[in-house]
Amino acid sequence: MELDLVILSRLQFALTIMFHYLFPPLTIGLGMLMVIVEGLWLKTGKPVYEKIAYYWTKLFAVNFAMGVATGIVMEFQFGTNWATYSRFVGDVFGSALAAEGIFAFFLESGFLGVVVFGWNKVSPRFHYFATCMVCLGGFFSSIWIVIANSWMQTPAGYHLVENNGRWRAEITDFWAMVFNASAPDRLVHVWLGCFILGAFFALSIASWYLLKDRFREEAEVMFKLALGFGLVSSTLMGISGDSNARMVATQQPTKLAAIEGHFETGEGGTGMYLFGWPDEASAQVRYGVKIPYLLSGLVYHDLSKPVPGLDQVPRADWPPVRVPFFTYRIMIGCGIFFVLLSWTALFIVWRSKPERHPWLLRLCVFSVIPAYVANQTGWMTAEIGRQPWVVYGLMRTSEGVSKSVSPGEVLTSILMFGTVYALLFVVFVYVMNEKIQHGPGLPPRRAKPDTELEGIADSAGRAVDPGHDLMED
Amino acid sequence: MPLEIFWFALIGILLAGYAFLDGFDLGVGIVFYAAKTDEERRLFMNSIGPIWDGNEVWLVTFGGALFAAFPEVYATSFSAFYLPFMLLLVSLIFRAVSMEFRSKVHSVKWRKAWDFAFCASCTLASFLFGVAVGNSMVGLPIGPDREFRGNVLDLLSFYPLLIGCLVVSLFALHGSVYLFLKTEEDLQQRLKPLMWKSFGVFLILYLMATMITLLTIPQAVAPFKEPGPAWLAIFVSILALANIPRALYHDRAGQAFLSSGATILSLTALFGAALYPNMMVSSLDPAYNLTVFNSSSSQSTLQLMQVIAFLGLPFVITYSAVVYWVFRGKVKLDDTSY
Repeated sequence: MELDLVILSRLQFALTIMFHYLFPPLTIGLGMLMVIVEGLWLKTGKPVYEKIAYYWTKLFAVNFAMGVATGIVMEFQFGTNWATYSRFVGDVFGSALAAEGIFAFFLESGFLGVVVFGWNKVSPRFHYFATCMVCLGGFFSSIWIVIANSWMQTPAGYHLVENNGRWRAEITDFWAMVFNASAPDRLVHVWLGCFILGAFFALSIASWYLLKDRFREEAEVMFKLALGFGLVSSTLMGISGDSNARMVATQQPTKLAAIEGHFETGEGGTGMYLFGWPDEASAQVRYGVKIPYLLSGLVYHDLSKPVPGLDQVPRADWPPVRVPFFTYRIMIGCGIFFVLLSWTALFIVWRSKPERHPWLLRLCVFSVIPAYVANQTGWMTAEIGRQPWVVYGLMRTSEGVSKSVSPGEVLTSILMFGTVYALLFVVFVYVMNEKIQHGPGLPPRRAKPDTELEGIADSAGRAVDPGHDLMED
Repeated sequence: MPLEIFWFALIGILLAGYAFLDGFDLGVGIVFYAAKTDEERRLFMNSIGPIWDGNEVWLVTFGGALFAAFPEVYATSFSAFYLPFMLLLVSLIFRAVSMEFRSKVHSVKWRKAWDFAFCASCTLASFLFGVAVGNSMVGLPIGPDREFRGNVLDLLSFYPLLIGCLVVSLFALHGSVYLFLKTEEDLQQRLKPLMWKSFGVFLILYLMATMITLLTIPQAVAPFKEPGPAWLAIFVSILALANIPRALYHDRAGQAFLSSGATILSLTALFGAALYPNMMVSSLDPAYNLTVFNSSSSQSTLQLMQVIAFLGLPFVITYSAVVYWVFRGKVKLDDTSY
């Protein structure tokens, strides 16, 4: 069997990045909720907030560890599998990654230790500071990585220079590179995606407790906080999604055409398929349900202006059509579900208690699945829609792979990562389930009564609260 | 100072910082089975619990900085070390998750499995770091197109394997001295013979590696022929190495830890001095070597990155100092522990 290096390298990248991206969006979204609830605790002193803060920190920590473990693969993989790409973009793309390391990773991983292990070592106010720093670190990290990725979508602030007999991109204008055409819209979109995941993850757990009538007090508070956060984020996501689609229409018209299965430009306003089965070979959408003029109206706010179709570019420059067509629709469907669910839940909670509506709670328990799905399919749409380019219009994905690596080696590493990740996934789900079953509780008390927040830290290494069973987790 | 040299130095500092800091984390894993009971094993893991992650960031930043400042070196070396690096990544994954998962479930089998994963992954990761350093010293078959021309067996010659073992023994020493500082009573006393043993093994391997380097790798010896700053690194490494047994003998664990750390730092400096101005040596033709000058990013990017580094580093040092201060002293277990 002939193994194709490009396909295998792409497969490995897809596997490792999709598995990695199960974790960071949750830590960003849940991090925001942790900042809110711990702030409420500092303000009110109510133990219920302290319990929730401690509980969320524990779930956060498991996800964070998985994010770190799978994230280091990403940092190395550009060099191992995409060496030619790395030579081409290192001057630009590498800078964003290095900035991420210096500004984001040190911040989050440094303070994470305090957040997770520092409950009985530092004052509450310093602990809160550490929580805020971890959350901020997550944001910094997302900023740099989305800038780097957006530069691959809409390159700016660079010029091409010949270096050692090869062309490469070099930065000419740092701020133009940072604020490239797609970066701001995409960053907001990614953040809201993270918030939605954090919100519906927390809502799902809270609803499950309410259904089972466990940890009622904490669950009610978690339910309200998560619902509020989810409602705001999913509603704002509507605006962000619209803005993103219009940006893609101007910056990457071919990507938009692929997403919409729009093969022929035609005359007058362009319609939009709600459903259908795009057939790339015959360049048409079968069984399509189409609303006339909708696409032109959405992206141009002008019903008569045609949207350029795939016929505007050579066949060799077409991205795959079927996959982004579906992943995009799945993402949109999830987005609509979040808006409907959160507004319905608000309406019901306004008048009565959520416990009286088990169907609503069951729907909320389920809602975490579409939250993961929406994050994954959104990125699939963005990245598959960028094909056949690795850097849009500058370098093809097939040109970016490592020349000294053999297909057999890549197959070996795919099998290795596949096995390891499958194992980790099972263990992760098991451990998360254990933590969720265990439920919230108070953090270990500080042995000395709070002598009002003295300085940075009080003396570490003090005796453990004798009431604690050392073997408890 | 030319920006290329600044970046070569800074990348060296990131690598040395990583080896110093994660060196003891990995070392704790290598000597993990010195802890017999479940409680002792949890003490071992929790001694690095709040800090290992921040220490690993040094490696991540090293990777990012190498990518940004010397993209050619990043691309050539990472794709050349393909399979070893994939194994290294898997090791680092297991190191991270084994600590996170081990103590979350009350089952002897579960914990035994993660104990093994922890020890094996730390040992393998340290070994592979050494193999990479060893290969960089002897050079790789790199062609005029800057692509690796060999296969994975070329990476497994005697010298790199020896350096791999050397790094394992050095980290074992560094980690056991660190554990001595963080533990108490009976457990602490049991670490003593371990420190001596790992020091002994390290010393033998170190002498062997030095001999072989002097005899067989002329390009690595050349920079030390004339007096210069490289001699300082030799001087420090000998002093630090000699101070380890002295400190151990007098029960000064703090001094021993600083000495093993200084050994790591000075050996990294020697590695850098032996390579400079090369970053990757081609065994086919010296003309194909990747040097700091022919494989760097553009001047403007190096300058920009310098600004970013100067902005970021004070913060990095501050956070690290705060976190180490918070978790100073002997390790204790409580409800927040692994």
